[in-house]
Amino acid sequence: MKRAPTHSYPGLNLGRRHASADKASEVVTFGFWVFLMSDLVYFGLMFAIYITMIDAQAGGPGPHELFDLKSIFAQTLILLTSSLTVGLAMLALKYNLPRWRIVFWFFVTLVLGLSFLVLEIRDFMAMADKGGVPQRSGFLSAFYGLVPLHGLHVTAGCIWLIVLGIQLRIFGLTDLLMSRVVRLALFWHFLDLIWIGIITIVYFGGLTYG
Amino acid sequence: MDKRSEMHRRERRRYVIGYGGSLLLTFAVFGIAYRYGIETPGVYLAISLLGLAQLIVQLVYFLHIDRRRSSREDLDLILFSTMVLLIIILGTVWIMGNLAVRMHTFPM
Repeated sequence: MKRAPTHSYPGLNLGRRHASADKASEVVTFGFWVFLMSDLVYFGLMFAIYITMIDAQAGGPGPHELFDLKSIFAQTLILLTSSLTVGLAMLALKYNLPRWRIVFWFFVTLVLGLSFLVLEIRDFMAMADKGGVPQRSGFLSAFYGLVPLHGLHVTAGCIWLIVLGIQLRIFGLTDLLMSRVVRLALFWHFLDLIWIGIITIVYFGGLTYG
Repeated sequence: MDKRSEMHRRERRRYVIGYGGSLLLTFAVFGIAYRYGIETPGVYLAISLLGLAQLIVQLVYFLHIDRRRSSREDLDLILFSTMVLLIIILGTVWIMGNLAVRMHTFPM
């Protein structure tokens, strides 16, 4: 039986071909993972607030008037696909494929991330048109505390993608940049996990119990 | 075909399997919601179980978290964070729900 490849930090490892970058990634990636977990606890607090606020609609518009499941479905598919493309960028890096392949998958991920944000902002604007603004009720405050927080993370991820793309162009594939790509991929997958929580608890939970 | 491109194919297949699995679970969730409506707790239970399955699929296939010996530390970190998370969420819901019942603001 083949031995499983060694695995010294979370996420896809760079492997033996990039031994020095792999070694350099070990500690920082674990540290980044600690950051992600504390971010998770922050998101968890916002989820807890949302759950307790589900009934606090104060006569304002509730989930049934405000949520547009078709748009949520589209956003889910977009984010999921971007998780795949960021993974493909990582593989292109790991297996020394031509540099344009990495940049191409970065670009696709960026386009998907931006389209996700456009759809999300359109949703928020449609909600505001129906009177669903943060100051209307406790439920809406909790909603706007949580979902745009995820959107803000995606925005940060997009900026990170652009900056990394430029750095790759200027500096080439240095060890430092490779280990940054590892962390970006982790961050992006993590945002996908949070989004699953959001559709399950915020949208479907809101529609069931709101 | 050399060993490296075979490894590459194998790892790419892993991502594609994860993507396919997540896609399938997403379609299942929205399909159930569309077919049976989203009013009953029973349907919601099914949706949340599928959501949990999706979390696991993505942790394994995208984030490469598994029970291999070398990634134990990450697993410890995740399990500990999950415990903190559960204490926070369940504790909040329990206390605030109890308060709502006592204050008679909970629609019974």
